[in-house]
Amino acid sequence: MRLFSNTAVLLQKELQAEFRSHELLTTASVFILIVIVLFSFTFDPTSAESRKFGPGLLWLAFLFSASLMLQPCFLKERTNDTLSALRLVVNDPFAIFLAKLCANTIFLLVTELLLLFVFAVFYNVGVIAVFPQLALVFFLGSMGVATTGTALSAISSQARMREVLLPLLLLPLLVPVLIPSTEATKALLEKEPVLRWDWLGILIAFDVVFLTALWLFGEYLLEE
Amino acid sequence: MIKTGVYTFLVCALMGVTAYAAFFIAPTEATMGLVQRIFYLHAPSGMTALSAFLVSCIGSVAYIFTRKPKWDWLAVSAAEVGIAFCTVVLLTGPIWAKPAWGVWWAWDARLTSTLVLWLLYVAFLILRTMIEDSDRRALVSAFFGVFTFLDVPLVYGSIWWWRTQHPQPVVFTSAGLEPTMRKVFYLSWLSLTCLMALLIRQRYELEESRNELQMLEQELEAN
Repeated sequence: MRLFSNTAVLLQKELQAEFRSHELLTTASVFILIVIVLFSFTFDPTSAESRKFGPGLLWLAFLFSASLMLQPCFLKERTNDTLSALRLVVNDPFAIFLAKLCANTIFLLVTELLLLFVFAVFYNVGVIAVFPQLALVFFLGSMGVATTGTALSAISSQARMREVLLPLLLLPLLVPVLIPSTEATKALLEKEPVLRWDWLGILIAFDVVFLTALWLFGEYLLEE
Repeated sequence: MIKTGVYTFLVCALMGVTAYAAFFIAPTEATMGLVQRIFYLHAPSGMTALSAFLVSCIGSVAYIFTRKPKWDWLAVSAAEVGIAFCTVVLLTGPIWAKPAWGVWWAWDARLTSTLVLWLLYVAFLILRTMIEDSDRRALVSAFFGVFTFLDVPLVYGSIWWWRTQHPQPVVFTSAGLEPTMRKVFYLSWLSLTCLMALLIRQRYELEESRNELQMLEQELEAN
């Protein structure tokens, strides 16, 4: 129970810090927007083609922006020397990870859902009818990205060339998130939309496996 | 020294026998012809790479719990050897694919997963070069090693999860391989596993010597 109360307090701190500065949400949203616009120059974004390629480019844009967005997650704690203070106030160090990954999931999800509508307008794809199902796919995908990204952010914050290192470590690890998320989104944007539970199953498995690994080994990453 | 020499000689002899068996004893496959013989190097290399990555993961987990440097040395040695075998898989795959599928590289699920696995372990080695402090480097890379190994089941699972052009596994199925082919395949697997053990051992000793040298240098600086 202490784990959840500690997590709730730390999550509030993360959300407050972001909603005061809006740094992450603004930069990530603009970054995804730029990628969406740039992609439109590489192929003709007619309706048929956008159904085929759209989900892939959308998820690629999400992953690239996530690799930038997750960068400061632990770096700011190390720069401000607040990690030791955080460790002192919680009973279980996993609460620090849990709070950060919940906050990151929320940030990613907000950005993705916001940009989904921009994508729908630009690429002439209907998303309103399948919005709840898309939100579920986006939630499971974002959780996978946030879980691995938060852990790897703790790793890269301790290394040299950390700006390059995080995408290098994170992106190949996220292949099992990219494929099912893209396929599930593609199936929902078809003329006859279907919610593909087989792909969602892979996403759930990924989330559970990496969350468990983080729970088991995460505290060692916070050692000073 | 003598022990290592004898073991190296035995592994080389075993590799020679395996090469002879793969070229002259195993029958020629009816549809694919001679090019199928690359299978005796390709498939066992894949399995050996996975074994090396398993050893690396064991090293990583053991380091996290014991903090003994020898486990870190084992993890990095096995990861490097695993990458070498993975590279063999990625090079022999296209050599077989060109005559069989008509293209050097098909974005087949298993081939792609192997490439992703290779990229992950290369990232693991790059990560190690980015951290100066040896204890911190060992701990952080052990954690990443565990995360990376969790990706390995996808290599196995991918062939069933995604549609693929890759030949379905025939070694362990009831239809299986022709008996002589099967024996040569197992011989090849055994010899590559012995080679893996030899390489890991050699690399481990190198890491041990490197560590000793580093400690001596530090002592010298302190004096």
